[in-house]
Amino acid sequence: MFSDFTTAELGAIFAMQGFAGLILFAVFVLMALGLAIIFGQMKVINMAHGEFMILGAYVTYVTSNMFASHIPDFFGYYFLVAIVLAFLAAGALGALVEWGMIRFLYKRPLDTLLATWGLSLILQQTYRSVFGAREVGVVTPEWLDGSYRLTDMIEVPINGMFVMAIAVMATIAVALLMYRSSWGKQVRAVVQNRPMAGAVGINTARVDRMTFALGCGIAGIAGSAFTMIGSTGPTAGQAYIVDTFLVVVFGGAASLMGTVASAFTISQSQSILEFFMGGSMAKVLTLLTVVVILMLRPQGLFTLKVRR
Amino acid sequence: MSPTNTDFILAVEGLTVSFDGFKAVNDLNFYVDKNEIRVVIGPNGAGKTTVLDLICGRTQATSGSIKFKNRELTRMSEPNIVKAGVGRKFQNPSVYTDLTVFENLEISYPSGRSVFGCLAFKRSPEVIARIEEVAERIFLSDQLYTQADLLSHGQKQWLEIGMLLIQKPELLMLDEPVAGMSVAERRQTAVLLREIAKEHTMIVIEHDMQFVAEIAHKVTVLHQGRILAEGSPDKVKHDPKVIEVYLGH
Amino acid sequence: MPFNTFKEYMSRQDVLAFAVLALLLLVVFPLSLDILRLNQVGKFLSFAFVAVGLVLCWGYGGILSLGQGVFYGLGGYAMAMYLKLEASSPENTSIQSTPGIPDFMDWNRITELPWFWVPFNSLTVALIAIVVVPAVFAYLIGFAMFKRRVSGVYFAIITQSIAAIMTILIIGQQGLTGGVNGITDLRTLKGWEINTDFASYVFYFVCVAMLFVCLFIAQFIRMSKVGKILIAMRGQEDRVRFSGYDIANFKIFVFCVGAAFAGIGGAMFTLQEGFMSPSFVGIVPSIEMVIFCAVGGRLSLPGAVYGALLVNIAKTTFGEAFPQLWLFAMGLIFIGVVLALPNGVAGVYNTFFARPVDALMARVLGRDKTRNTLTVPEQGVTS
Repeated sequence: MFSDFTTAELGAIFAMQGFAGLILFAVFVLMALGLAIIFGQMKVINMAHGEFMILGAYVTYVTSNMFASHIPDFFGYYFLVAIVLAFLAAGALGALVEWGMIRFLYKRPLDTLLATWGLSLILQQTYRSVFGAREVGVVTPEWLDGSYRLTDMIEVPINGMFVMAIAVMATIAVALLMYRSSWGKQVRAVVQNRPMAGAVGINTARVDRMTFALGCGIAGIAGSAFTMIGSTGPTAGQAYIVDTFLVVVFGGAASLMGTVASAFTISQSQSILEFFMGGSMAKVLTLLTVVVILMLRPQGLFTLKVRR
Repeated sequence: MSPTNTDFILAVEGLTVSFDGFKAVNDLNFYVDKNEIRVVIGPNGAGKTTVLDLICGRTQATSGSIKFKNRELTRMSEPNIVKAGVGRKFQNPSVYTDLTVFENLEISYPSGRSVFGCLAFKRSPEVIARIEEVAERIFLSDQLYTQADLLSHGQKQWLEIGMLLIQKPELLMLDEPVAGMSVAERRQTAVLLREIAKEHTMIVIEHDMQFVAEIAHKVTVLHQGRILAEGSPDKVKHDPKVIEVYLGH
Repeated sequence: MPFNTFKEYMSRQDVLAFAVLALLLLVVFPLSLDILRLNQVGKFLSFAFVAVGLVLCWGYGGILSLGQGVFYGLGGYAMAMYLKLEASSPENTSIQSTPGIPDFMDWNRITELPWFWVPFNSLTVALIAIVVVPAVFAYLIGFAMFKRRVSGVYFAIITQSIAAIMTILIIGQQGLTGGVNGITDLRTLKGWEINTDFASYVFYFVCVAMLFVCLFIAQFIRMSKVGKILIAMRGQEDRVRFSGYDIANFKIFVFCVGAAFAGIGGAMFTLQEGFMSPSFVGIVPSIEMVIFCAVGGRLSLPGAVYGALLVNIAKTTFGEAFPQLWLFAMGLIFIGVVLALPNGVAGVYNTFFARPVDALMARVLGRDKTRNTLTVPEQGVTS
């Protein structure tokens, strides 16, 4: 498939598709970060994670409409506000869900899968009732439009760089929170030994709720980023759930760096292969490769050998 | 070091395992005679359970050899090690809580271990007789049709010992068999173990020094993955190094 | 036979449950429903095959597969490929540019039957493939995963990914698979019209008969030592391993059995509905199949059948009346079952009715003496 192109062309194609894949990468990273916290740390299989992302996307959509109709002068900045609102909305819903459902299921991880699947159906129908079945899109603010010309053949989309920057900041924030703050220490303590953590005075119920909310909130941010690459519909989130779980597992469930690296690998190979063989086959090939690698190396890319 | 052929039922030579650089067991050598009761003691983290894990194949050795009746175990799969004649009881009594005592013993009965063997496995009169015989030895005759979940902690320990006995292994490895038992139950267990030793070899991990003295032929003291002392219970008890790191003054 | 007495194979409660189910499916439904509704029940029963397989895999083996739709689809497509080839005889397709190949291939400018379609000219091959292809595929997946001791959540995610890949592949390769529409327009089986009312009746009873064959096989596995090993494995994998069993083989075995059952179910769907499409292969149908099993009770074989029937009947009646509210209701059912009824409908029966029924049977038939406690596993759920 490469033989039809010159080396220079190939290089340019790889670079262009690579940059085009940046937004996908950012969405993957943000989705997977949230899931890495919820699944990697808490062992909860959140099948509604995609719906939390879509909540963020709808919040972004509503915010952009509000700005357009009430304060059109500041329309350029709606996206920044939307990110914060998306985080808060998805986080609040996450806390509610943890309180109403997840907390009863910590000892039955496979059952969280079924219950959150039920939740995802309810959320989808809610979106359909509120926003309609039609997909909605947002207008990208002017300053995010267009692209930066790197060379004759290579252009970098500005919104891609921006979303990328958000993903990087979110990753750093989560890393600091999990490994440098006392709250992160509490989370890890609760995860490792719930009764003991409770015995030394950690409010495990609160830690669980906040952790779950944080994971969902980050999915909300992913939703904001998502509005840049796709239109938002009630069931759009479902398409991402498999990829996200694969990203997390492929990266080695408990490792943040692994998550980022695997999000990068998967999104970039998908984006580059797309150019040569079309979307669906690119996806099949990428997913299949990941699944085969996981069958050969089930612990993922980054793990420690530990004493059992 | 080249592994040698020996008369010992179990010969462990140069055994080492490291977890990310931490050597849980370090260049360990020890030998167990036939029909011996060997007790392994040592402070927490000394590597006692890891040694049992290594022998029964639950953990892979980094280097060294484990020879059971001159057969190398380090490269064998767990079920094959069991079939070779090594039985192992876990630290926390692991019995099948959803099944009855009878069914617990039935599963442990050493025939029909492949999938299709299991499909064809029949509760023949011999199987039932053998199960009843073992149940009697482990003091659980009256509880045969009780769900294992309802047994006391001590009875669960006995049941797990029974599950090993029914396999007729030549080497039994018991990880803390009397933990959580009452004084009376301990006494009964000591009698049971001495009885078992007439036909089987045993490696026992235990903390209770009085119980150790009651059953042990020979004691091995582990400390930080190495052997600190070895010998009769009496000799070990008075070894100054052992007193220093383990027994206390 | 590995059982000394019939009672070791089926307890009284089991016999009663199977008999009631047989009465319902063989007498009550055919007499009370018109053929359209009966055909619909037959479709629901085709999902029950998957749910019965999941009782073994998930309920007993603790293996949650989110890719059962793949096996259902493989069985369904195997059947559909044969029927499609029969419907695409050169006489029937003489207007095509390449007569004798399925119409969708012709539309996609394919001029020769692809190699993997060729064996499906034979009904025997197709019937064998319905069971063997899903089982072999399950064996490969199971071997790769269980031998490396991957299970639980990871297994669920991998199987789910396989379901996703499979759907994308089928939809993407339109010329080879019929794409998103699936394989449609199936007409005859060995020259016999399959779209008549009479054929629907025949297929319904074939479906019920096959379902009972699967139920009897599953009951055999459940009550044999394999069933006990599976229960033992759920909580104490290490103990089973150190009793000399190779755990992976047992998991592979039930996974293959579950896949074969699903394949038969898929074929039954194709026969009764006259088509097969990727909408029964992907993530959503696969999870729904797990839900059927959960609603029925993940440890109860007849429960799985009731679960498939109940959820689907609710879906059809409720969905026809209030399409808006259906997803809400479905979501609430899932959450409710998981939170409040982890043993499903069968759990409700066991808690409230099993003892009185047992007492009644004891009065009529005399005491029941068995050595098993397996018959009423009340606290069986630990996932």
